[in-house]
Amino acid sequence: MGDLSRLNRRNAGRLLNAVGPVFGLALVILLFSLSPAVRAHFFTGINCKIILLQTVIVAIGALGMTLIIISGGIDLSVGSVVALASVVGATSLVNGYSPAMAIALTIMVGVIIGLINGMIIASFRMMPFIVTLGMMGVARGTAKWLAGNQTVNAPKSSINNLMDMLDPLHFFPLPLGVWMTIALAVIMAVVVQQTIFGRYLFAIGSNEATARLCGIRVGPMKVAIYALAGLFFGLSGLMQMSRLAVGDPTVAIGLELDIIAAVVIGGASLNGGTGSISGSIIGALIMAVLRSGSSQMNWPNFVQEIIIGIVIILAVGLDKFRQRKAAF
Amino acid sequence: MAKEFPVIGTKENPIAPRLRMVEVRKSFGATHALRNVSFEVAPAEVHALIGENGAGKSTLMKILSGAYVPDGGRIELDGQPFVPKDPLHARRSGIAMIYQELSLAPHLSVEENILLGEEPHHFGWLNRSRRRALAREALAELRQENIPLDAPVIRLSIAEQQVVEIARALIGSPKVLIMDEPTSSLTQADTENLFAAIDRLRRRGVSIVYISHFLEECQRIANRYAVLRDGESVGAGDMAAARLNDIIRLMVGREIKDIYPRTPRSPGKPVLEIRDLHGMAKPVSTYLTLRAGEILGIAGLVGAGRTETLRVCFGLDRIKSGRVLVYSRESTRSSPARRLAEGIGLTSENRKEEGLLLNRTLADNLLITRYGRVSKLGLVSSRRQRQCARDWMERLDVRAQSPNQAVSELSGGNQQKVALGRLLHHDARIFLLDEPTRGIDVGSKVQIYKLLDELAAQGKAIIFVSSYLPELLGVCDTIGVMCRGVLSAVRPTAEWNEHTLMAAAIGQSDIGAG
Repeated sequence: MGDLSRLNRRNAGRLLNAVGPVFGLALVILLFSLSPAVRAHFFTGINCKIILLQTVIVAIGALGMTLIIISGGIDLSVGSVVALASVVGATSLVNGYSPAMAIALTIMVGVIIGLINGMIIASFRMMPFIVTLGMMGVARGTAKWLAGNQTVNAPKSSINNLMDMLDPLHFFPLPLGVWMTIALAVIMAVVVQQTIFGRYLFAIGSNEATARLCGIRVGPMKVAIYALAGLFFGLSGLMQMSRLAVGDPTVAIGLELDIIAAVVIGGASLNGGTGSISGSIIGALIMAVLRSGSSQMNWPNFVQEIIIGIVIILAVGLDKFRQRKAAF
Repeated sequence: MAKEFPVIGTKENPIAPRLRMVEVRKSFGATHALRNVSFEVAPAEVHALIGENGAGKSTLMKILSGAYVPDGGRIELDGQPFVPKDPLHARRSGIAMIYQELSLAPHLSVEENILLGEEPHHFGWLNRSRRRALAREALAELRQENIPLDAPVIRLSIAEQQVVEIARALIGSPKVLIMDEPTSSLTQADTENLFAAIDRLRRRGVSIVYISHFLEECQRIANRYAVLRDGESVGAGDMAAARLNDIIRLMVGREIKDIYPRTPRSPGKPVLEIRDLHGMAKPVSTYLTLRAGEILGIAGLVGAGRTETLRVCFGLDRIKSGRVLVYSRESTRSSPARRLAEGIGLTSENRKEEGLLLNRTLADNLLITRYGRVSKLGLVSSRRQRQCARDWMERLDVRAQSPNQAVSELSGGNQQKVALGRLLHHDARIFLLDEPTRGIDVGSKVQIYKLLDELAAQGKAIIFVSSYLPELLGVCDTIGVMCRGVLSAVRPTAEWNEHTLMAAAIGQSDIGAG
């Protein structure tokens, strides 16, 4: 009897963990649809399409950030990396490289910076917070230096198709970038949940000493985690450049905080050892819906900022509450 | 079973109990943590509270400290009804506790820790000289004046930290001092010091509730005992008149025969050889040869370098000089990954901080070093993983609801079985076990002894580090003693007894050799 009721409660807790972010998203949409003026426009295909498009950059970044946060780390350099990647992409187009080459270079920027972050964190056992805080400045500075302190106007190329609305009147066809995000999210969800790499990720975040004792090569794993995450940050940079059609060294300031917020709203803990790709993606969607809804309510920008701040605190607070329930 | 209490004092003139609990009950949902617990402690008495893990001892402690409110029954302190509201209230009322896990602030000094929360002050201004005097007084009470008051606690040995914890409990002159497994991380010598301190406190009139798995200890220092099983008081009596076997039977509800099973073994070829091994601090000049089918015990005081020897061997800490041979092949430079590949496994003495991934599932903890058996091309099959974990749970008698339960929710004994199960799943052939039975219940201990015996009979080789001498003598084929980083010559168990092991551990082997 006792076992049964505890089991049910635990299952209920686990279920809550899984559907919590979905529930949050539904709640946000419901609240906005209370206003008749917003409702008329909110559920149109075109509005949904815009929201998805606006989610792409944060969502792709969140794929990488989820890996890092599950492993117990953090990366503050994302915004700067996105800016640097967009500058590198635009500059290479200006210099006559093919779009394919520009794409490769853009993504490479993310991977290389991830590798450097990971190697410093792993070999000197330094705090990821400090290392990536430093890298935030280094990457931003490098972007400004490369761009000569101004935006780099890239010639039109096939890269711009990634974030193109295509048919601006209907939901389908969806932009290429949205399909890519969905595909990458599915792949990463499998990697995190079903692969040995994923298990090691959780093991390191749960207890690094134990992971080491169990023969996991923690150092190389960390380098791999930050480099793989860097790949996604580079891809975010590519989407950024595709959307604005310029390489802007001052773009995406504070983007890392949006991404971290998405991951945390999605149920990850900054202590490491928990988190999920699906949660993070829904977290990113929640933020995009909040932005879209607020602007349709004609709320000024500062109201949006206040609301998003409150949502982050609420989400994490609810998560704590949920865990306490599940623990009993 | 004698359920009535033995009379304290004389029959004609009984002494009023200091603390009395009558038919205390507590349930969580449908789980009865305490069904019916009664016991009483007289002034100036050491009362042993005995029971397996899960018997309800910690729930009882939490009720006394005010963390839980009992569902029924009553508590009296000095004859007055006592309803503890919270730990501070309990402490102010004269009930002090020393928890199994040390609860010190590691970066604060000894003095700051002893007076933490009870700092002497004038209107919020800290009175440093008074604080120092009080801390010194508390340590003097325990005859441990040599512990430096200004040292950060993190620099002290575990035994010294324990002393600080007790000193802290003495602030405010408690009437009842509750100690939960105080010796589980102490060596024999430190245990003796602790017993001396307990005895002094008792003479001063303090009542001591002493919770321990070590029955020999309870027998030595306790005046009376009470046994809990499944949340019920199942027996109580005078310690002097009790037989150990009777108490064990009360604890487990059945008679345990052959605590230390032993099938005939015949050690074979050397599998692990250590030649003049030096770690960065410890060990110093250590030699040993472990053979297939052998259980080699390492005794010694905490801090003698036993844990360090295992860690250096396993590639967790750096080697300064010396050689390690695995299966007669040079294998000195190493890492845990490489050692596991060679078939060597290690369980940590520190289950919670190092041994297990506490918030991960049982299945993940069992399989982490070898997912290969349940995966293809790097993809883990959840179904096969669950099945595999379930098999191990059954084989090791791990009591849990499902393989997906978090390890943090299991009892100590079950957690230790999971840690050992990980090595079994890995199919390790050489086991390095650091205090594998620390802080776990008698039933689980016996199961682990049996498992080790089976493994040795199958030709597996085991190094068994322990501070508990009876189990070393009961389980091992050969025993070496570590003292100040040096391992003594390893000798057959028959040539040792508790006295000689202890003498060697404190560096007096010349007396003990005979």
